[in-house]
Amino acid sequence: MTAPLVAQLALALVAVLAAVAAPDRIRGAVAGTATLATAAAGAWAGVLALGGATGALEVPSALPGVVLRLAPDRLGGLFMLVAGVVGAAVAVYAIGYAHGVTASRTQWAALPVFLLGMQLVPAAGDLVAFLLAWELMAGGSTVLVLAEHSRRAQTREAALWYAVTTHLSMLAILGGFAVLAAQTGATDFAGLAAADPRSAAASLAFVLLAVGFGTKAGVVPLHVWLPRAHPEAPSHASAAMSAAMVKMGVYGLLLVTLRLLPGGPTWWAAVLVGVGALSAVYGILQAAVASDLKRLLAYSTSENVGLIVLALGMALLLRDEADAPASLALLACLLLVVSHAAFKTTLFLGAGAVLRATGERDLDRLGGLAHRMPWTTAAFGLGALGAAALPVTGGFVAEWTLLQAMIHAAEPGERVVAATVPLALGVIALTAGLALLTFVKAFGIAFLARPRSLGAETAREVPVGMRVAMVASGVAVVGLGVAPGPVAAGLAQAVGVDGVGSAGLGGVTLDGVGAVLDPVALAVLSVAVVLPAIVASAVLARRRPRTVGAPAWGCGRIRTSPRMQYTATSYAEPLMRVFDDALQPTRDIEVTHVAESQYLADRVQYSQRVDDVVEVRLYAPVIRVADRVADAARRVQNGSITRYLAFAFAALVVVLVVVSR
Amino acid sequence: MSAVEVAGRVLVAIVQVAVVTALAPIVMGVTRQTRARLEGRAGAGVGQPWRDLRKLWRKRPIRATGTTAVGVVAPLVLLASGLVAGALVPLVVAAPLPQVPGDLFVVVSALLVGTVALALLGLDAGTAFGGMGSSRHMMIAALVEPTVLMAVYALSIPVGSSTLSLIVAARRDDPATIASPAGVLAVVALAVVVLAETGRLPVDNPATHLELTMVHEAMVLETSGPDLAWVELGSWLRLTVLLGLVANLMVPWGVAGGASPGALLLGVVALAAKVVLLGAALGAGEVAMAKLRLFRVPELLAGSFALAFLAVTASYLVA
Repeated sequence: MTAPLVAQLALALVAVLAAVAAPDRIRGAVAGTATLATAAAGAWAGVLALGGATGALEVPSALPGVVLRLAPDRLGGLFMLVAGVVGAAVAVYAIGYAHGVTASRTQWAALPVFLLGMQLVPAAGDLVAFLLAWELMAGGSTVLVLAEHSRRAQTREAALWYAVTTHLSMLAILGGFAVLAAQTGATDFAGLAAADPRSAAASLAFVLLAVGFGTKAGVVPLHVWLPRAHPEAPSHASAAMSAAMVKMGVYGLLLVTLRLLPGGPTWWAAVLVGVGALSAVYGILQAAVASDLKRLLAYSTSENVGLIVLALGMALLLRDEADAPASLALLACLLLVVSHAAFKTTLFLGAGAVLRATGERDLDRLGGLAHRMPWTTAAFGLGALGAAALPVTGGFVAEWTLLQAMIHAAEPGERVVAATVPLALGVIALTAGLALLTFVKAFGIAFLARPRSLGAETAREVPVGMRVAMVASGVAVVGLGVAPGPVAAGLAQAVGVDGVGSAGLGGVTLDGVGAVLDPVALAVLSVAVVLPAIVASAVLARRRPRTVGAPAWGCGRIRTSPRMQYTATSYAEPLMRVFDDALQPTRDIEVTHVAESQYLADRVQYSQRVDDVVEVRLYAPVIRVADRVADAARRVQNGSITRYLAFAFAALVVVLVVVSR
Repeated sequence: MSAVEVAGRVLVAIVQVAVVTALAPIVMGVTRQTRARLEGRAGAGVGQPWRDLRKLWRKRPIRATGTTAVGVVAPLVLLASGLVAGALVPLVVAAPLPQVPGDLFVVVSALLVGTVALALLGLDAGTAFGGMGSSRHMMIAALVEPTVLMAVYALSIPVGSSTLSLIVAARRDDPATIASPAGVLAVVALAVVVLAETGRLPVDNPATHLELTMVHEAMVLETSGPDLAWVELGSWLRLTVLLGLVANLMVPWGVAGGASPGALLLGVVALAAKVVLLGAALGAGEVAMAKLRLFRVPELLAGSFALAFLAVTASYLVA
């Protein structure tokens, strides 16, 4: 167990040194390879821990008596593995993707630091190591978000939002752990678990920790950094942040509710279910109407994390009432974590490839990429299938498990469960339906149809390294769906759930509720039933005259302009109307009249913007107040050095007075 | 389960798929013919959809320039999704296939795959019509989804399983559950979403080519020849399978419990009678109904969601 952890630390150091020392020309290859090795070592450690290996690495620190303890348990091992695999795909991709400002020394040094931090969070066995790793992760990712700050002003703004929220979340986490540590007098997780979960202090700790971890996970209403930071960060960093880093927030929630404070009051579960449901619906609604591809993916992350938190809440809620469904909900939570990691990596890497090839992130200006970028199209298509939770992908298996858990949730008569479960089911179903629309839009508008801009028209397929990373993660999306049996068995082990068996070739059975899913058999069935039609098509094609191409129907005109196609914005317009009250878009129609007559329009300009309602209503007032306070504070802080010396002297006097009492 | 038994189940599934495929165009023909007669037209006859298919299979396909493989694959995927649903839903026989029981979530997902294939087909050619149809189609599909799952949930609570054949068999063996408030509400909700899912009035008018109202027809404008034949057959299959499901939930008698030839034959006849009757009723109903404005459709779906939700609460609290 210690060997891979030591290897990981050493390799990360090598990667940082390589990034700093290597000349420009080979920096990407050298630092990228070392980063890949770091991630692989982390994945190795994760596999060992998931398999049940024990053992700890203790790193002495400069402070006497403070030792950093790295001792992943099974659950931590799972998250290390997820972070490691995502990190490996990201490292391979980055070698081809990073160029210009994103390939600077700082950027290449920040990537391994970020990945290392991310893998050490679930490996930590005590608070000091946990918080240190957490800050490595936060710091590394902030540097990555800032990569393109010299090109776009929004990047600086996004990085500011990210840095502020991530540090506020750190404060909340620190506070929560401090409450627990004060209760138990311990700093290692085993000792902290001695706290009484029914006490008021435990509830305070839960709220603080839930806020802190929820911010990192990006649940609504703490998600505001996500739709800003993900689009502005370079795509490999967005992939790692969205697929792996937000999962550390989820890991934190699991750590608190399963390991540190198991058996908390029911309202904890109800809060998690409520927040999860809100995140899921709000996230996917915003994603459905977004036309910036990476912003769309960022909101979709909020949605998926919402589902994960909902599943966790469900597991806690049902724990007392129904054992088998509760375990299944927990299993579904982990399946969602793993499948989201796979498809979100694919989608962000695909979005990065599109961005690099066309220079466009705006779906309204893409189109027709299937002809010019077949590899990217295939990979993005697989990712989109997973995100839409269609068979046979990991996303489908996860949602199926969650639904199975929920429909077997309750005996008639239990009021809380009888009210919560149907509502949650409705939320999940609405989310699934909107996710379908979102990803049909993302894939169909960007890759099918005709190019809507010059950039899309002249796109070229990306280099081999990037393709490999994209396609490999795309294959993982399908792999998780084709063979859910072994995956589910492994995950069930991580949280001590039993009653998960295998069926057929890689199928899964949920013994507690008597359900079975065998994707291979389903796929075989689908091919078998449609085979006659395929054969008939082939036979008919040989007999009849050859297929001819012709321009698409243009309503009588010979050749229509690509501008007449539906865009992403128009695609989501019906939905926008249906959910007008929830989204509150601002629309502006500007009509310029012909000089001669009021009744003739020269040009009509239509613009529409969807702001994040939560941000406008909840954060903007707070920021205004903070600004006002800061302005007031400026009167005290006027830059005069004599005044500062006076402050320091006054502070010294106050301290002396306090101490001498 | 012995090999003979497995072979029997598979054989039954093959029979069921074949029967449904043969029936689908006839159901469509009956619906159209009923509609024509009630509107005072002679109508093209019950066999016209089959004749249309034969004509389309012989035609030379024309593909819009700049389209991708989606134009070829999507019609077959749509067809496959209809056929898979036909194999999994208990129409003729209420006995689950080994390894692939007709789990309602799986059936819904299989149908959704078809929905997505059709939506992508609409976007493929890059015309204004295709995009419009696709966008409306997906909006309706997204809003139908909660009702479907909620109705499924309500139906599965008394049985304790989401396997369709178990639900149908339980209703057949205990007819009291059919008339229970939860059962009735759930089936009514399901019937509304079937209309929405299959693009019938009042959600979509299958007979229109007016751009203001088109949904399904707008998506298939650029499809022709055999491709169009597969799309049409796939959509008809979807309608027939869902009608058959609603019919078997309302009137579960006649559904065979085993694989004996007599029971099978009875099952086939019962299914044919039920779906033809429902098809005729659908046609008659459509004559008396106007299409809803697109933006009134969510209200209809919200109504059916409320019904399904009531069904769930009823089965929790009343039962």
